[in-house]
Order: sequence, then structure tokens, then C-alpha cells
Amino acid sequence: MSTAAADVHEAHDHHGPEKGIKRWLFTTNHKDIGTLYLVFSLIMFFVGGAMALVIRSELMQPGLQFVHPEFFNQMTTMHALIMVFGAVMPAFVGLANWMIPMMIGAPDMALPRMNNWSFWILPVAFGLLGSTLFMDGGAPASGWTMYPPLVLQTGDAFPFLIFSIHLMGLSSIMGAINIIVTILNMRAPDMWLLKMPMFVWTWLITAYLLIAVMPVFAGAVTMLLTDQFFGTSFFLAAGGGDPVMFQHIFWFFGHPEVYIMILPAFGVVSEIIPTFSRKPLFGHDSMVYAASCIAFLSFIVWAHHMFTVGMPLSGQLFFMFATMIIAVPTGVKVFNWVATMWRGSMTFETPMLFSLGFVFLFTIGGFSGLMLAIAPADIQYHDSYFVVAHFHYVLVPGSIFALMAGAYYWLPKWTGYMYNEGAGKLHFWLSTIFVNLTFFPMHFLGLAGMPRRIPDYSTQFADFNWMASVGAIGFGLSQLVFVYVLLTAKQGEKATDRVWEAPRGLEWTVPSPAPYHTFDTPPVKRVHEEAFE
Amino acid sequence: MSPAHDKYYVPHDSYWPIVGSAGLLFLMLGVSTWLNGADAGFWVMLFGVGILIVMLVGWFGTVVHESVGGLYNAQVDKSFRMGMFWFIFSEVMFFAAFFGALFYARNMSVPWLGGSSNNFFTNLLLWQGFEASWPTNGPGEVGGDYQVMGPFGLPLINTAILLTSSITVTIAHHALIAGKRAILTIFLAATFILGFIFVYMQAVEYVHAYQDMNLKLTSGIYGSTFFMLTGFHGMHVTIGAIMLTIIWLRVVKGHFTPDNHFAFEATAWYWHFVDAVWVGLYVFVYWM
Repeated sequence: MSTAAADVHEAHDHHGPEKGIKRWLFTTNHKDIGTLYLVFSLIMFFVGGAMALVIRSELMQPGLQFVHPEFFNQMTTMHALIMVFGAVMPAFVGLANWMIPMMIGAPDMALPRMNNWSFWILPVAFGLLGSTLFMDGGAPASGWTMYPPLVLQTGDAFPFLIFSIHLMGLSSIMGAINIIVTILNMRAPDMWLLKMPMFVWTWLITAYLLIAVMPVFAGAVTMLLTDQFFGTSFFLAAGGGDPVMFQHIFWFFGHPEVYIMILPAFGVVSEIIPTFSRKPLFGHDSMVYAASCIAFLSFIVWAHHMFTVGMPLSGQLFFMFATMIIAVPTGVKVFNWVATMWRGSMTFETPMLFSLGFVFLFTIGGFSGLMLAIAPADIQYHDSYFVVAHFHYVLVPGSIFALMAGAYYWLPKWTGYMYNEGAGKLHFWLSTIFVNLTFFPMHFLGLAGMPRRIPDYSTQFADFNWMASVGAIGFGLSQLVFVYVLLTAKQGEKATDRVWEAPRGLEWTVPSPAPYHTFDTPPVKRVHEEAFE
Repeated sequence: MSPAHDKYYVPHDSYWPIVGSAGLLFLMLGVSTWLNGADAGFWVMLFGVGILIVMLVGWFGTVVHESVGGLYNAQVDKSFRMGMFWFIFSEVMFFAAFFGALFYARNMSVPWLGGSSNNFFTNLLLWQGFEASWPTNGPGEVGGDYQVMGPFGLPLINTAILLTSSITVTIAHHALIAGKRAILTIFLAATFILGFIFVYMQAVEYVHAYQDMNLKLTSGIYGSTFFMLTGFHGMHVTIGAIMLTIIWLRVVKGHFTPDNHFAFEATAWYWHFVDAVWVGLYVFVYWM
């Protein structure tokens, strides 16, 4: 007992960070772990991006140019897995780690040691996955959806693929539990639920989705593993199973997964647009209800990914209409962002530019999603470049733009200095031009009948493919501007505590840069009201 | 309590998570290479498991030390409770995937192979003569002839054992709150002993299935769902029984007070969860 009592006093002394590598390996600090997540996801963003450039180089002209078709398939598969699980998801978890405790006035995340583990599982997972590139039979080449029986033809990479997914799931579930518990249990006094900032709200809902569907995904890949190595018949018709069953289980995870990648983006944008419109968020509560509706609907629309695989007509109708209903809450959100800007005194700093780009371009992706939701039309679009255009519009100028917006918005709070605004704006405009050059022609390619995941194509698709490849290389290079901004992030002028002219929320009441420990004692109501009303 | 204790306890600098990650690396690397045919992988896997066990003992040991030292206030306690709740929810969803596979096979894939709905030609051209029924090892009769595991006999006894253990753990909990140590110790011991008996009986059932009934993991979709569902459940019962044993040791050491015994409650919740899953299993795998 006496030693424990000594620990008590030590624990409440103000610790600074440890020195050197130990700080990053052993840290339980939400800001350190947030930084780890963000840096890791940026590295993965460039690794996955390099794979995308291999794909686009190959597709720049008809005929086979640089890589073997088998390797092309490995690139599409690895690009997707790395971008989804290595770049977008950890980046949002990084933002959550950094910002949620500061936004709700908590001293740290609720379960700090587990927070460290959630992060440090990721390098293991992606180390295992990346090592498959050098194995017999190469990396997984079945597409990230891993449909059997195709995926069962994977070589030595197969168990590595399955177990790396298990690890990613473990990391996501622990991270999500931490976020939910932090939000529900660690809020400042008087911050009742409907007073929480939208970013916190969307993450609460996202974390719920993660806990609900990542275990289902783990179950699905476990069935693949036992089918491959232990003779089960889950996806084997001769044994009474069904390969299509995998698709159902996978997409029961997969559809909520796409909202896991977009709901936090909604949250980021809902923080930024009010700040630069100098108005409160229009319809805060309706935004909460809309996000909750989207989360609920995400569980009952999965089979719209499978319209061509064969299902009863009643099933097609149900999944078609359920999918189209999602446009209603999503529309509520888009109109609320527009209404927030309505008659606001707007300025267009980099975070605002990325947010506006998000609203425009994500909406385009939403509209193409509606087209795909129509079952009879989808039978034409299925597995074409139209689908590729659709989901890249919601993920790149959707999730990635929101992440960039969030990074620019909170960067001065993290570093204590203003970033290079000129470079930030250049980054935005180059990204926006090239992202459209890359993905807009893919709509036309898909409608004209070009299939996805094929390294060669008919000559009539040549022009649009050339445009898309030029756009992709341009988009990749423009991200180097972002790296420049990060490298020079501490060379600008000192940031004030509030950083921007009219931001709302508790994170702007702490100094810039945010001290290692914030809100050791919960903020008093006055501060909270000042920041919030 | 002094004012310092009212603060939320934020631990500093822990090496257990990175040790856990190293354990996971060796575990996954070992299993993967082993499955790919390298015998050395098995030992790498065991090494990983060893690291994970050291990590779990060390990490939980630290937490127990901090808990007994009074570092955790009511808010920390609530975080743990919520964390356990959401962890159990994730486990529920894991089992949901396998129950989903069972329901899908029974209500969709097997009837479709038999020609129901609009699958007349599937049956005629691919699996002529196959009549849908449950249980089945499919039109290819994968794994050969087998016998069905009936709901009575061992499974019924096992149901009684698990349901009883849920009652004994509740009695132990009430005794803990009422401060009746003797009843607490006896009924908690009864709970984990019943748990281990269940695991043993389950093992007996598996041996019987493999040796006498030719019912195996490879017996088509019936064997797959039967062994995967009961197997994952049995794994969870084993883990739960180990947790209960550790909690019993902590009870004997006097770690818990009537108003501070989160670890006990979390384990009890977990135990009720494996019990509830078993009821689902008994109804849908053995009985219906």
C-alpha cells in the first residue's frame, strides 16, 4: 500500500514527454498517440499512392506497358487495403485522439494504455501485409473484397492476409471502444450529449459502427481461413455452403465500413465551415439525427454491392429502396452546410477551401451512388470504371479532402505556428484540379463499358485513360506540397490560442501549441459557455 | 479520499502494449508460416503466445496493483465498465457472423441447391437428385456419412451445467455485496469448476463425434457450423473459466470490497455472455 501511495503522488506530478524513441513506444498520451496515428497514415497514404501510380502508369495506354497482369491485380488489392485500413481509418483515429479529449474537456483518453496498443498493432499488421509482396505467389491479388473461390488461389500470402486483417480489426475495435468510452464518460460538466461538437458526435457514431462490424469481418475472414486450411465448407457449394454467402457477410461489414470512413469526415467539415462562415452550424441537432440515420441505414443496404450476383427480386427491391433512402439524411447534411454558409461572412483559408471542395465533390460521388443504387441500372454499371469513379469521388475528395481540411485547421493548434498559407492554397488547387482530371473521365469510361481491375483495354478508351493517368501523377505530386507544408510548419508566425477569428469549441481555449497535458481539471462552466454559445 | 484521488488517473509510459505487439507479431508470423508448411512456424507461434501471456500477466498485474492502491476513482471505474460492455458487444457481433452463416446455409444456400425459389436448373444441372434438408453435408456429401449430434444426453447436461454456473456466480456476487466471504468463495469456486467440467464434457463430445459418429469439421456445412460455433464458444468458456479462477484467487487474497469489485463484475458479465451464447447454440445448432 505504501508504494502504491507513493505512485499516486508521482502520477499526479506533471510529466513531460520521455526523451527519444521511448516516448513514442511507451507513450500513453493522447496527443503523442494521435501524432503516431497521423504520421503512420501519411506514410501509408504515400505507399498506397505509389501503388495507385503503378496502376495508372499501366493504364496510361492500351496494351501491357510495365507490369505483369498478376502484379497489376496485386497492386489494385494492396492499394485498396492500404488506403482503407492504413491511411483513411488511422488518420481519422489520429484526429480523434488529438482532438476529442480537448473538445470535450477530458484529461486524456479513457483507457490510455490500450490506446497505445491500438496504435502499435497497426505497424505489425501492415508489416505482415507488406511482406507478402516478396512471397511465393506474390501479394494477395483477389481485390480487397477477397471473394472466394478466387481468394483461395492466393499463394503463401493467404494466411498473412487473413491475420493482418485480424490485427487491423483488433486495433480498430480497441480504438473504437476507447473513443466511445471517452465520449460517454469523460465530458466536462454541463457538456450534455446534444452540446457536443459535431466531430465528437460523428466519431461516437463511427465508433459504434466499428465495434458492430469489425468482428463480423473477422468472422468472415476466419471462415476463409478454415475453408482453405481446415476443410470447412462455408463457401463450398458441394458441402452445402455458398460462395455468395461470403459476399453477404463481407458487405454486412463493408457497407458500414464506408460510413466509418465518411462520418468523421462529415464531422471535420461541420467544425470548419462554421468557423470560416462566422456562424454557428446550422441545424446541429438535425445533423446528429442525420448521422444516426445514416449509421442505422448502413446496416440494411449491403446487398446493393451484389445486385448482379443473383438474389430474389424482393431482395433487389428492398436493398434498392433502402439505399436510396440514405440520400435523405445525407441531403440534410449537405443542405445544412450550405445553410451554415448562407449570409455568413466567409473567408477562404486552406481548411475552408478543402471543406468547400469536400461539399461539392463528395456530393458528386453521392449522386453517382444514387445512380448505382438503382438495381436495373447497376446491372449495367457493375464492376465498371463508373463504380471506380463513384467510390473514389467519395473517398478522395471526400474522406481525404476532409482529412486535409482537418490537418490544416488544427495544425496551428498542434505546432503553435501558422502554416504556409500560400503553399496550403496551392496544395488545394492542384489537388482539386488533378483529382477531377483523374476521376471524372472514369465516369465516361465506365458508362462506355470499361471493366475495372483489368490491366488492358480496348483502344476506344485510350484518351480518357490517358487523361486519368496524367491526373493521377499530378495528384500524387501535388501531395508533396503538403509534405512541404508539414516540414515548414514551425517556420511561420506564432499562432494565437484561438488561431482563427471565430472558432468554437474547447480546443481553442487551451494554448497553442497545446500543452502535453490539457484539462487535468475539467473546464469550468464559464469557459465552456464562452467557447460554445 | 484526498483531493488528488478525485482526479481521473492517467497512467504514464507503459511498455506492456509494445510487448503485446511483439507477441502478436511472433504469433501471427508463426501461425502463417506454419500453415504454409514450415514446421518451425509452430515454435515461433508458441514463442508469440509466451510473450502474450507474459504481457497479460504483467499488464493485469499493474492494473490490479493500481486498483488495490486506490488510484482508480469512480469515473475510472465507469470507464472500465463501459469498456467491458462494448468489448462484450464486439464478441456478440463476432458470434453473429457465425450464426448468420448457419441461418444463411439453412434457409438459403441449402434449399437453393435443392432447387427452391428460382433455382430449379441449379438443382437439375448441377446437383441432380439432391434434396434439401437439414442437417446436411451438401450435395457432394463432403466428409462422407456422419451421424447428427442430438440435443439430448451430453448437450442437455452441458446446458444444465452452464445455466447452473450462471446462478452460482450470481449468488457469489450477492454474497460479495453482502460481505459473506464464505458463501462468496464457495459459490465462485463452484462456478469455475462447473465451467471446467463443461469444457471437459465438450471435449468428450468432440472425441465421440470424431471417433464414433464420423462428424468432423470437414463434414460439409453442418460439420463446419457445428464445430466452428461450438468451438469458438468452448474457447470462450475456457477463457471465462480461467478469468473466474483468477478472480477467485483475488477473492481469497481479499482484493474486493462490497462497493469496489469491477473485475469480479466484468468476469460475471462475460460469464453470462458465454451462457447466453450457449442457449442460442443449444437451440439452433443442437435442437432445431
